[in-house]
Amino acid sequence: MRTAISGLDLRRASSLEDALEILASGERTPIAGATDLYVALNFGTLVPRRFVDIWALDELRGISMRGDVLVIGALATYTSLMRSPLVADRVPMLALASGQVGGVQIQNRGTLGGNIANASPAGDSLPVLAAVDAAIVLRSARVERRVGINEFYTGYRTSVMTPDELIVAVEIAPVEGKQWFRKVGTRAAQAISKIVVAGVRGAAPRIAFGSVAPTVVRVPETERALTAGASIDDAMAILVKEIKPIDDIRSTAEYRLRVSANLLRKFWIETD
Amino acid sequence: MKFVLNGASTEVAGNPMERLIDVLREDCGLTGTKEGCGEGECGACTVLVNGEPVCSCIIPVAQVENAEVVTIEGLGGDDPLQHLFMNEVGAQCGICTPGMIMAAQVLGADATLDDVKTALAGNLCRCTGYSAIYRAVLKWRGVDSVDAPGKSEVVA
Repeated sequence: MRTAISGLDLRRASSLEDALEILASGERTPIAGATDLYVALNFGTLVPRRFVDIWALDELRGISMRGDVLVIGALATYTSLMRSPLVADRVPMLALASGQVGGVQIQNRGTLGGNIANASPAGDSLPVLAAVDAAIVLRSARVERRVGINEFYTGYRTSVMTPDELIVAVEIAPVEGKQWFRKVGTRAAQAISKIVVAGVRGAAPRIAFGSVAPTVVRVPETERALTAGASIDDAMAILVKEIKPIDDIRSTAEYRLRVSANLLRKFWIETD
Repeated sequence: MKFVLNGASTEVAGNPMERLIDVLREDCGLTGTKEGCGEGECGACTVLVNGEPVCSCIIPVAQVENAEVVTIEGLGGDDPLQHLFMNEVGAQCGICTPGMIMAAQVLGADATLDDVKTALAGNLCRCTGYSAIYRAVLKWRGVDSVDAPGKSEVVA
């Protein structure tokens, strides 16, 4: 492994401002908990060569309220999300999802910002964020902006982020309605999902799926049908036309369609 | 770069992106920490950083600067849990054992079987079927083996 790292260049940020200056001065990939990035390193598939270490930036770790908006720092780990009374109170399904990311070792290191930035369609926290219409706070040395999670991804592992931007926080407005989360994988811990789904049963249900498309997706046609009073059977029929899963190493398109529809029914029954 | 390794201040040179496990094994000569999968799935490389279990194969050494790192050697070689892994046959090939023992360190005295399963969910063993491991850890936490799991109860 020594040879694999010999060409890698790491700068260590001492503060958020320092990190943003470093990002502005030339393209570098931020490293937080490294739980995705170092897997790529170990497998020889790591493409970036220049990095900025942001793990030490404690100012990005907080979980707090600003008015009635829950603000989660990008470096909040899954462990801290599971332990946070604010998360338990406002978005309990985020704590539930965090407990299903890897084992304890991964939960201690993986961060919410990292899950978003890694942009995997199977990211466990992403359907939760999509179902609650979370806003992602991006900051560069020049400007700060907010992008809704459902406008954030532009395709498989691509997003609207520019190279000089850092994810600094996630903001979640009050969530009305029962929350529901379910991850389906081969094993209780340590599995990448075959399907992951989060739902909010408000007056207008909000439902998001992972691992069924190139990005995390909401299912607006299914949501509209349920809002208009469609039966769950009709909604399931709409859902299987709305999502376009693929065959891959973890599952098949056919399995994913069937189980996604079953999960929609389960969500509907269990939040009634 | 400095950190505290098994209670002693330690200084290492080299690329800050070196993996913690390589620094521990090659620079510090502590080969008790094993590498299994290299992707944070198997937990064989588990060490404690500031008291929390982490996978040392996916951590740049730069990120433990000034932190306290404890490896299996830090338990001193005569630890009650190490003896229980031997006596309860919680180790067969032994590759997963140091990681299992380090991951178990966070369990309190009132740990239940569910707590043990959760704490060790990130540690894979391909030999024992887990029963003997859970039995060893539960016994360490004061639960008699009569209450410890049989094989049929431990399917993850």
